[in-house]
Amino acid sequence: MVTLTVNGVKHDLDIDPSMPLLYALRNHLQLNGAKYGCGLGQCGACTVIIDGKPVFSCLTPVSSVGSRPVRTVEGLGTPQQPSPLQQAFIDKQAAQCGYCIAGMIMRAQALLDERPGATEAEIREHMQPNLCRCGTHMRIVSAIVAASQALPKRQADNDAPALAGASRQENQA
Amino acid sequence: MSSKKKIAWTAAAVVIAGAIAACTYAWQPAIAPLAQAPAASDDRALLAMGARLAELGDCMHCHTGKSGKPYAGGAPLATPFGTIYATNITPDVETGIGGWTLEAFARALRKGVSRDGHLLYPAFPYPHFTRMSDEDIAALYAYLMARTPVHAPAVPNELVFPLNFRPLVAGWNLLFLDEGPLPPPAQQQSDAWLRGRYLAEGPGHCASCHTPMNALGAEKRGEPYAGGLIDGWDVPPLNALNQARKPWTVDQLSAYLRTGVASEHSAASGPMRPVAHHLGNAPESDVRAIATYLLSLSPAAPAQPAAPASAPAADTQILKPGKALFDASCAGCHAAAAPMRTLGERPALELGSTLNTDSPRNAIQMVLNGNPWAGSSAAHYMPPFGSVLTDRQIVDVLAYARAAYAQRPAWNDLPAAVAAIRKENSK
Repeated sequence: MVTLTVNGVKHDLDIDPSMPLLYALRNHLQLNGAKYGCGLGQCGACTVIIDGKPVFSCLTPVSSVGSRPVRTVEGLGTPQQPSPLQQAFIDKQAAQCGYCIAGMIMRAQALLDERPGATEAEIREHMQPNLCRCGTHMRIVSAIVAASQALPKRQADNDAPALAGASRQENQA
Repeated sequence: MSSKKKIAWTAAAVVIAGAIAACTYAWQPAIAPLAQAPAASDDRALLAMGARLAELGDCMHCHTGKSGKPYAGGAPLATPFGTIYATNITPDVETGIGGWTLEAFARALRKGVSRDGHLLYPAFPYPHFTRMSDEDIAALYAYLMARTPVHAPAVPNELVFPLNFRPLVAGWNLLFLDEGPLPPPAQQQSDAWLRGRYLAEGPGHCASCHTPMNALGAEKRGEPYAGGLIDGWDVPPLNALNQARKPWTVDQLSAYLRTGVASEHSAASGPMRPVAHHLGNAPESDVRAIATYLLSLSPAAPAQPAAPASAPAADTQILKPGKALFDASCAGCHAAAAPMRTLGERPALELGSTLNTDSPRNAIQMVLNGNPWAGSSAAHYMPPFGSVLTDRQIVDVLAYARAAYAQRPAWNDLPAAVAAIRKENSK
C-alpha cells in the first residue's frame, strides 16, 4: 500500500512501489493534467511539484514520495476560478496544442512560490528543462513574467535580501 | 661547532637563500602596455592554429563566467585555499589583455607573471603552459587578440590570509615551477606519442586535474596522473586506463574525448564534460595523439579487471527498496533492453568507472545533479534526481545499482557520503 498526499488530499493506493508517480496520478487518481511526453525526463510535460520542488513525475517512483506533499495543476485553480498564473497563460494565449502547458505551469509555479517577482532572466533559466514542440516558448515566458510582476510587491520586497543571496549561491554552484 | 648547531646554521642558510631567491622572483618588472590592442591578424592559418590551441587548452571554459561573454572571465574556481575568479582575456585594453604585448603574454604563460609584474596564482596552469612552443604561444596570442573585446573588470578573489598576498607565489614557483620545454623522452617514441605528450603536458594541462595536489596546491611529483578531486567530483586516475572493466583503447579514448561518450565506458560528466566539448572542436589527429600518450601512462599489467571482484552476496531483501526506485527512476534509460541503451552504442551502466570505483562520490553526484544538456545530443543527458530522491533513497538506489550492475561489494559509509556531498553542493 502506498500513501500519497496530492493537492492536500491523502490517498491510499494499492499499487506497485516502482510505479512512476505520473501513472498513479493519471490512472489511479484521474488527475490527467500532467502528461506523458518522453518518459525519460527530457521534455517536462509530466512536471509536478513535490515538497516545493519541480520534478519529472515520469521518473519519480511512488515509493520515493513518502509524506512529501504533491501539487499538480489541478490543485492551482478551476476553469471558473483559474489561479493567477493560469490566468496569465490564458491572457497571453500561451497554449497552442496545450500538451506541455500543465508541466510548464507547475515548473513556473515552483519558481514563483520560491522567488516571487523573479526576473525574466531567472524565469528563462528556470524553465529550461521544459520543452514546447509547438514553439510557444515566447508566450509562455511572457505569461510567467506577467504573473511574476503581478505578485504582491510587498512580498517580493520583503524577500529581496534573502532571495538575492539564494540566487548568488546558485550562480556559484 | 656541535653537529646540532651545524644543522641549525645550514637550515637557516637555506631558508635565507630561499627567501632572497623568492624576493628576487617576486619582483618582476612591468612590461609597458600598448596604448591600444593590436589590430586583429589577417593571417588565417595563424588564427586557425590559435583557435585549435584554445580548444585543446579549454581556455574558454575557465575564462567565461556563467552567462557571461566568451573569454571575459568571471568563472569561479573553488580551491582548498578559497575561490579564485578567472580573468578577462579578451583584447579590452582596460580590463582584458588588449594592452599586452606578445612578450607579456608569453611571460604570463611561461612564468605566471601578469603584464604589470604581479604574480598569477597557479590556478592558472602556467606550470603546463610553460611547455608551449614560441609558435604556439604566438598563434594563441593572435587568436585571443582577434576576439571581441569585452569590458569586464576582474572579480576579486576570495582567498584565505595569507594567500591573498601574491608575492608568496614566488616561493611556490621556486618549489614547483619547472620552466621551459619538455625534456626529450627517455626512449624513442612515435610522432603521435610525442605530439600527444606535448598537448597533454602543455596546452591540454590534463595533469592539473588528474594528478593529486600536495598541501600547497601543486601537483604531487611522485604521483603523476594518479587522480584527484575537482569541483566535488573524483577525477579518475589516468595511469590505470588498462584496469577498467574493458581496458581503454586509442579508439575508445579518442571517442570519449571528442564526443563525450565511449561505447565501452561512459559519458563524460561533471568537470570533464566541457573538456570533451572543446576537444570535439580540435582536429581528430590531435585528440588521437593525446589518447596515445595517455594510454602509455599505464604500466603494463595483466588485464585483470574483466572479471569483477568477488560478487557480493546480494541480499535481495535489503536491495528491494533500491530496486523499486531503480525500476521507476533509472531503468527507463539504463536497463539492458531500454531504447536509450540499445540505440546509438550507448554504454552499459556497469562498464563506466562510476559504479566500479572504490569511492561512491561520482555516482552520488550523478544522481544528485544528472548530466546537463550539451547541444541537442541526448547521449550525455541525464536528469537530476536531487529533488526526487531523499538521501536514504539515493543510498538505496546506489546500493542496488552497485550490487546488481557493477556486481561489486557494497560501498562503505554510503549514507554519510550522500549526506556530506549534498551538503557540499548546497554551499
